[in-house]
Amino acid sequence: MTLTAPDASALHPDGDDVAELQARFDAIIEADQRIEPRDWMPEAYRKTLIRQISQHAHSEIIGMQPEGNWISRAPSLKRKAILMAKVQDEAGHGLYLYSAAQTLGISRDEMTEQLITSRARYSSIFNYPTPTWADMGAIGWLVDGAAICNQVPLCRASYGPYGRAMVRICKEESFHQRQGFEILLELSQGTPEQHEMAQDAVNRWYWPSLMMFGPPDDESPNSAQSMAWKIKRFSNDELRQRFVGMLVPQAEVLGLTLPDPNLRWNEETGQWDMSEIDWTEFHEVLAGRGPANAQRIQHRRDAHEQGAWVREAAAAYAEKQAARERQAA
Amino acid sequence: MSTPGDVAGEGWPLYEVFVRANRGLSHVHVGSLHAPDDDMALRNARDLYTRRNEGVSVWVVRSSAITTSDPDMKGAFFESPAGKNYRHAKYYEKSAEVPHL
Ligand SMILES: [Fe+2]
Ligand SMILES: [Fe+2]
Repeated sequence: MTLTAPDASALHPDGDDVAELQARFDAIIEADQRIEPRDWMPEAYRKTLIRQISQHAHSEIIGMQPEGNWISRAPSLKRKAILMAKVQDEAGHGLYLYSAAQTLGISRDEMTEQLITSRARYSSIFNYPTPTWADMGAIGWLVDGAAICNQVPLCRASYGPYGRAMVRICKEESFHQRQGFEILLELSQGTPEQHEMAQDAVNRWYWPSLMMFGPPDDESPNSAQSMAWKIKRFSNDELRQRFVGMLVPQAEVLGLTLPDPNLRWNEETGQWDMSEIDWTEFHEVLAGRGPANAQRIQHRRDAHEQGAWVREAAAAYAEKQAARERQAA
Repeated sequence: MSTPGDVAGEGWPLYEVFVRANRGLSHVHVGSLHAPDDDMALRNARDLYTRRNEGVSVWVVRSSAITTSDPDMKGAFFESPAGKNYRHAKYYEKSAEVPHL
């Protein structure tokens, strides 16, 4: 029996016990306590978490690619070092989350397999191309910014390992957003061409970053259940509103405009009025028809296959060491 | 009972990672990882859990080597201290106002 692997009896209780187990589970959720790997949980709860956490992990891993591409082209040694640290963090985030998903009884290999055979989703935001250096700024400010907005409430998610992974991740994310903001600020205050480059990147990333919060509340069928389970704490639209509210004053500091002529604070509703989001584009990208979808998956598959010999060598070495120890004993 | 090898298709054993943030503090559980052997587990733990000076010492332990209490036995296993609040200083009220006690 282990600390974090799910217990077989928790996975397959006797029929009679289920009602009692369900009641105990409900009481833990109701009391705002956390569910831990060895606790019994409803199958749907487990499945929802596996899907959400593994998608989240895949997003962190795929998210390394657009920025990884820019490490060698970043304009200074300092910027290269910063970008490398950020990409390394994203790898770490992926691993924290894979570990959290593994506590639910899915193996790492299975998750990797789902990703490289395109059976798993990841955040569609990473399927957009990154043609200029200003894109690194816009990704940090807008994409990491939206991620933080989404992730801070997840630190209180009812599943313990997920919440704990999110706490670590959120601590590291704030540097990501700030370094992006500073890239944009420097460009915005630079030459007219640099300013233009920064504005162009913000124009391209603004709407996709708002789409990261998911479909509008009335078209988000699974949200209610996730909120009842206290995995999710705020609705998609609530978080989107909160994010826009944070961006407005930040854009002013940057001296850049947000590409929505209809964006204004509405005193009466206490909400931000904004233009209609183009969800057809979102669904196209989500369906894998985004500009870089095939390329991202291909790259991940290549990296996985080309790394096979390393995994095999490590396993062979471990086996050899273990055999030697057995002989000595 | 389950050990990491029981999770179908999991190639490498599961390790729990403990980090000592500073001298004078206990090692604290920070998370877990899978690795082919102890050495690799330690190196991976360093890269994964201490990128920002989070610790001065790291322990990795194979999860299968840890014996835990049964979550379903919570009551029976931990019940004995109940009704023994005389084990806490708060129980002794008459001395509450007496200085340095
Ligand atoms: Fe991240
Ligand atoms: Fe990030």
